[in-house]
Amino acid sequence: MRRLFDDELAELDADFTEMGMLVSEVIQKSVNAFIERDAVTAQSIIDHDHDINEREIALEKKTFEMIALYQPVTTDLREIVTILKAVSDLERAGDHARNIAHSTIKMGEKQKVAELEQLMAEMGQMTTKMVQDVLAAYVNKDDHEARSLADVDRQLDHLNHRVRSLSYHAMSRDATFETGASIYLNVAQDLSRIGDYVTNVCEWIIYLRSGKIVELNSASEGTED
Amino acid sequence: MSKEILTTQDLHLYYGSKEALKGINLDFDEKGITALIGPSGCGKSTYLRTLNRMNDLIPGVTITGTVQFKGKDLYAPSADTVQIRKEIGMVFQQPNPFPFSIYDNVIYGLRIAGERDKEKLDAVVEKSLRQAAVWDEVKDHLHESALALSGGQQQRVCIARVLAVSPEIILLDEPTSALDPVSSSQIEATLLNLRHDYTIITVTHNLQQASRIADRTAFFMNGELVEVDQTKNIFMNPAKKQTEDYISGRFG
Repeated sequence: MRRLFDDELAELDADFTEMGMLVSEVIQKSVNAFIERDAVTAQSIIDHDHDINEREIALEKKTFEMIALYQPVTTDLREIVTILKAVSDLERAGDHARNIAHSTIKMGEKQKVAELEQLMAEMGQMTTKMVQDVLAAYVNKDDHEARSLADVDRQLDHLNHRVRSLSYHAMSRDATFETGASIYLNVAQDLSRIGDYVTNVCEWIIYLRSGKIVELNSASEGTED
Repeated sequence: MSKEILTTQDLHLYYGSKEALKGINLDFDEKGITALIGPSGCGKSTYLRTLNRMNDLIPGVTITGTVQFKGKDLYAPSADTVQIRKEIGMVFQQPNPFPFSIYDNVIYGLRIAGERDKEKLDAVVEKSLRQAAVWDEVKDHLHESALALSGGQQQRVCIARVLAVSPEIILLDEPTSALDPVSSSQIEATLLNLRHDYTIITVTHNLQQASRIADRTAFFMNGELVEVDQTKNIFMNPAKKQTEDYISGRFG
């Protein structure tokens, strides 16, 4: 028998997925803007950051209402909890995309280090795809895919380490490159944090399917926030 | 904007010298579900019964104040209780089908009113039973006794019996408290469908039911209306401490 709750849950689910798509789009744009040094797009990302925050608040409000009015149990409860938790992770991921946009503006016309640019492009692509994949995993309630995405997070961490050592190296060769290097460091760190948040969403997808709270990549590091 | 269909102003009801309703002011817009909640003896069922004059038959009852249905005073000397109960139907706690066939139960009101056109009666039976979400279960047994049905089916047939006379308001007095959880959910689903076409006022002890299905909830205590608001406000952030204590089970 279809309940009113089911209709509202379907709507909540659709709103959550839509917010995820928006976050994914913003991340992709922020990465492209960085690589192309496109300050105009970067500024528009910063100006629209509140869209994501507003969606988060609306979704949280709706989940509180559904908990109060329907007192969900079993799978219903897990779906609501998953959305309530994952929505914060998505919002935080969006904040890091905004940080990247700030970095893009700060970077201005500073010199490009080819090898670092290459790494940033690679990390950016990987992160963007990871966000798209986690949304698909959420929509399909696919906990296997969620587990396998944790590997991508490890690869991102690995690339982040490489960016770090290359940046330090570049700095030691040329002290005037200090600001540029710190921006590369920050952007790589932001992308790596997005990977961590996506991994959290993966954990919630596993919880949704199994009821088990798991910690993927508990050793995943590079986590100074 | 929805229109007011039923209003009560300064409604007092006394059982002898005991004041059971202490000046209730409560209005209902057309369509939607309002749940009346509150502890036993708070006056919610008494209030519900004033809305189609079901308290008239109780000896020693005195009612003051006004109840208006579409601007007409229900307690005016000229008011016709048969007509009132046709426009404002009621479903009770215990399913109470008459000891006739399902078909005869549903058309009871129309037959009393003198309707004899078989085609018309057939159409009303099907439409009412469909609206009450029980048609598929009983369509092949229309001429069997309604008493042979399960409690949940009986209750839905009783809802169909009310619908058959085309009411505008449906009053329900704890319609699911005598039913098992599955039958209760079927009644709830039925009410959720009906709320688009009828004004539904239901008394319930089941707070979860109120929160699940009601657009608006009114909390009664000691013969007074403590608070009425959109259900989500009542359940998430009620204005009165008494409401909060009752909803969260801290009451008493």
